[in-house]
Amino acid sequence: MKFTLSWLKEHLETDATLAQVRDALTMLGLEVEGIANPAETLKGFVVGYVVEAVQHPNADRLRVCKVDTGNGVVQVVCGAPNARTGMKGVFAPPGSYIPGTELHLKVGKIRGEESNGMLCSMRELELSDDHDGIIDLPAETKTGIPAAEALGLNDPVIEIKVTPNRGDCLGVHGIARDLAAAGLGTLKPFKAERVKGTYASPIKWTHGYDAKPDSPCPIVVGRHFRGVKNGPSPDWLQRRLKSIGLRPISTLVDITNLVTFDLNRPLHVFDAKKLSGDLVMRQAREGETILALDGKTYTLDPSVSVIADSKAAHGIGGVMGGEDTGVQPDTTEVFLEVAYFTPIKVAATGRKLGILSDARYRFERGVDPQSVEWGTDVATRLILELCGGEASEIVSSGVMPDWQRSYTLRADRVKTLTAIDVPAKDTADILTKLGFAVSGAGPWTAAVPSWRPDIVGEADLVEEVTRVAGFDKIPTTSLPRLSTTSKPARDALQRRVPQARRALAARGMSEAITWSFLPLKKAERFGGGGADVRLLNSIDATLDTMRPSILPNLIDAASRNEARGLTDPALFEVGPQYKDATPAGQARVAAGVRHNMAVPRNWQGPARTVDAYDAKADALAVLAAIGAPVENMSAQAGAPDWYHPGRSGVIKLGDRTMATFGELHPEIAAQADFKGPVVAFEVFLDAPPPPKAKATKARPKLVLSAFQPVERDFAFLVDAAVDAEKLVRAARNADKVLIAGARVFDVYAGKGVPEGKKSLAISVVLQPVERTLTDAEIEAACTKIFAAVAKATGATLRG
Amino acid sequence: MDDLSTIRSEALDAVGKAADLAALDAARVAALGKKGTVTGLMKTLGGMAPEQRKEFGARVNQLKGEIETEIEARKSLLGNAALSARLAAEKIDISLPARPETQGTLHPIGQVMDEVAAIFGEMGFTWAEGPDIEDDWHNFSALNIPPDHPARQMQDTFYLPSRADGTPMVLRTHTSPVQARTMLNKDVQKMLADGGALRIIVPGRTFRIDNDATHTPMFHQVEGLVIDRTTHMGHLKGCLVDFCRAFFEVDDLPLRFRPSYFPFTEPSAEVDIGCSWKGGELKIGAGESWLEILGSGMVHPNVIANCGLDPAVYQGFAFGMGIDRIAMLKYGIPDLRSFFESDLRWLRHYGFSALEGAAR
Repeated sequence: MKFTLSWLKEHLETDATLAQVRDALTMLGLEVEGIANPAETLKGFVVGYVVEAVQHPNADRLRVCKVDTGNGVVQVVCGAPNARTGMKGVFAPPGSYIPGTELHLKVGKIRGEESNGMLCSMRELELSDDHDGIIDLPAETKTGIPAAEALGLNDPVIEIKVTPNRGDCLGVHGIARDLAAAGLGTLKPFKAERVKGTYASPIKWTHGYDAKPDSPCPIVVGRHFRGVKNGPSPDWLQRRLKSIGLRPISTLVDITNLVTFDLNRPLHVFDAKKLSGDLVMRQAREGETILALDGKTYTLDPSVSVIADSKAAHGIGGVMGGEDTGVQPDTTEVFLEVAYFTPIKVAATGRKLGILSDARYRFERGVDPQSVEWGTDVATRLILELCGGEASEIVSSGVMPDWQRSYTLRADRVKTLTAIDVPAKDTADILTKLGFAVSGAGPWTAAVPSWRPDIVGEADLVEEVTRVAGFDKIPTTSLPRLSTTSKPARDALQRRVPQARRALAARGMSEAITWSFLPLKKAERFGGGGADVRLLNSIDATLDTMRPSILPNLIDAASRNEARGLTDPALFEVGPQYKDATPAGQARVAAGVRHNMAVPRNWQGPARTVDAYDAKADALAVLAAIGAPVENMSAQAGAPDWYHPGRSGVIKLGDRTMATFGELHPEIAAQADFKGPVVAFEVFLDAPPPPKAKATKARPKLVLSAFQPVERDFAFLVDAAVDAEKLVRAARNADKVLIAGARVFDVYAGKGVPEGKKSLAISVVLQPVERTLTDAEIEAACTKIFAAVAKATGATLRG
Repeated sequence: MDDLSTIRSEALDAVGKAADLAALDAARVAALGKKGTVTGLMKTLGGMAPEQRKEFGARVNQLKGEIETEIEARKSLLGNAALSARLAAEKIDISLPARPETQGTLHPIGQVMDEVAAIFGEMGFTWAEGPDIEDDWHNFSALNIPPDHPARQMQDTFYLPSRADGTPMVLRTHTSPVQARTMLNKDVQKMLADGGALRIIVPGRTFRIDNDATHTPMFHQVEGLVIDRTTHMGHLKGCLVDFCRAFFEVDDLPLRFRPSYFPFTEPSAEVDIGCSWKGGELKIGAGESWLEILGSGMVHPNVIANCGLDPAVYQGFAFGMGIDRIAMLKYGIPDLRSFFESDLRWLRHYGFSALEGAAR
């Protein structure tokens, strides 16, 4: 919403400076977005008096002028046909920047005659397109005063952001009311005396439905004018509209725009001669069309309010008038429409038809219902004043919407809710100045003014008092502590997210954040894409389905990096994935992708490409970091089908899946244009059981053996299909007291190993507890280990 | 006699000239070996008179001791030289690079969430979460956003197919639905009834149909909610002043609270922080400009009632801010879209090391 300072002052008696107005507006909740002053661009430009204008000795079309600038007389060469002795114009001294020509003025000689500045045209000052001659100011204009002042441009334009609840501030009068309440001056009432009609209106208002307070248009008022003269509006009105960026059209149209922006009262005027019969406020018929003032034809349906005569619709209620019945410069008979439209209906219509208009903007935020009466009076006065003619009696149809209501404001409520101490007298005073009818001395009963549909309860009254009293009066009070010790904001389960993130970053991966959505096809490939997780209104088809896995987006991200030459990407994300649309269907997952080299080419040794075991290590690192019992987990086949079926696995705790990992399915890798191997993992952060709540953080006692451990190696021959983990586990469990650990140190198949078999070499650590082991004891343990492994896997000792 | 001094000088000379341990050993053998010169002298002792043997034996023993000492000294000297030579031969080019190890990085959004959690944790807030796919009651109706509100339109909000019971489903447009989910929780209601205080922060993903230079269809917010019987707007101000100063690490950071409008708070305030733009570069702190960073207000009585609490008893405040936005401001990240592009150059430049900051 834009307005000028002088316009504001028509509604506000004030001595406040621009800066005070600016600050007060923002602190009232009418945030100032910008202030522009046209006078700034015209700084240095003054009113010049042409003492003498004579023919240039060397050029037919030029004149040499002596110009009194109020600060001495200078010679200026001027090419304007209207330059003449005795005129007053706008003088730009050397050094000025001429906005219309984008040039800086210099002292120079034109055809041998010195020129010290310039007399400007409207176009050169970018004030209009007029370039027929230089600006010809009235003779009484004082020489030497700033040109901006002489042109009436010394008027800062203020732009404020009006929140959707403050429709009343979409008119300058409403803004002035707020400022007056805040103590910046006195609100001036506007002229709204009723003009008695001199004849019966030949056009009457009717409703096409039984008008009720909540009808699309509960009430409409109007009157007929005859003998009016349209045409360009007077200077002051044109200037006012132009100052806020509106284009003057004709007096009648300009009046409707003025009242819209001045009083937040949109109006419409019909050329009465183009109407047939009475006007009716009704809903459109299915398929009915209208050519609107924006030049476009709209097809309507019964949800849209129209203003129609006996033949056709001529206006879209609350949104836009019709082209065919609009006023023209030669219009002599006018019918004025002053209606109240129900906000939600206007909003629905505006959205449906895609029309943005000043009327819609205001009606959908709610105009003052009572303005159907006073708006008619204001418009009447302006039409008669500026266009002459006479006005008919007023006609109307419908009922006034229910706007009258009042609320109680408890005496201490402002204090208990906002901690500001507003004296009782000030509380009542603020509300009164805002237009509330206040009774009582705390508690108060405040009757809400008709222009404030946003006030619907006591809390709103508190807000009114508070914002006018000033938010800067709210004390700054730190929250009292709830307990003497501070606890982490996140609980153990929630902390798994940062734990997983840090574990993966520590393993050399970079954290990415990718969209929660992806294309349906990818969702389907990764086991998702159910109807309930498909967006009805996605931005485009690449973002139309909620992701069932983080991997597809990470794979894309890795692929994009490769395409940019950023090789060997290792990316992870810890975020949500969505199995279905229920809250339980959303899971917290840490997922990662590694492509190509795990160890890049380097001078020290061989490079190494990533493989499933890198992904396994990542997954286990996350599980360990979040405190899951990794030692009790086992890796098994059975990862989902986006992994390579033979090179992937599931990490399970009992029969519950904690993570999946492996090489990506070659088909998916190929689609993503990967050249090297790609591995991935997904850890389900909510899957591991939460640690048991213990009374103490103390750890179990550490018991250390005083005796040397003994390490023994075994080479087993087993079927190639036997899982190494099974073999190691069997060895380990052969003697739970003595065996401290077992690990694989070699896997071999090929020459020397029978077809279908593999050699698995493991190292077992025996840790004596009570005394050093004898050879016989070690031998017995080894026999036990062999027996256990043979039993579990059918292994034999390798020759 | 002469014999002794000749042997002495020859033996000491050989030891002194030995260039390496082998030569030294040869010198030792020549003097003290089985057939060595000194050993030879010892052998002559047997044929001497007791008186002479005693005197000469003492002198030979002394010589033997002298030569042994010299050999030890020489040995240590030569040993040091050998070590030095080995060390010299073992020299490597220490300017060659270390074994390659990739440095991982943390995304700024996670970093900021951790910082937010730490600061609010100190103030007694706990972390609450809710689903990204939300029903329209929790996302809108509970929060006093009427059915005809523009935010509910298809051009602003992502919709999913309605639930079987007809409830429209949306991608949450803000983290505020978790306010409702938390207040509706029976345990929370009981805690409040017992005189407790609810303080939560709700960080998470949010979604709006917006996709241009400064908007992304997905972004991050953190919501705050405090409900008890006495919390007032002064506490709102104090809490946010404390947070902003701690987060931006500016002790005297000025904050400005301006009246604004949100359907779910009343009164509502928009919060600006002080800044300056000297030389076109943003500096957070006291300055000539203000920067809007969050919306806040006292929880609307309708919201409290919608969530099953009595607004005549309970009151409190709520606020919401963009995690991405405060990350951009604090860490000087110019472009929101780049947060979600996963460009490794960006992740490495704006990311944080695994050990940076506290994971609370």
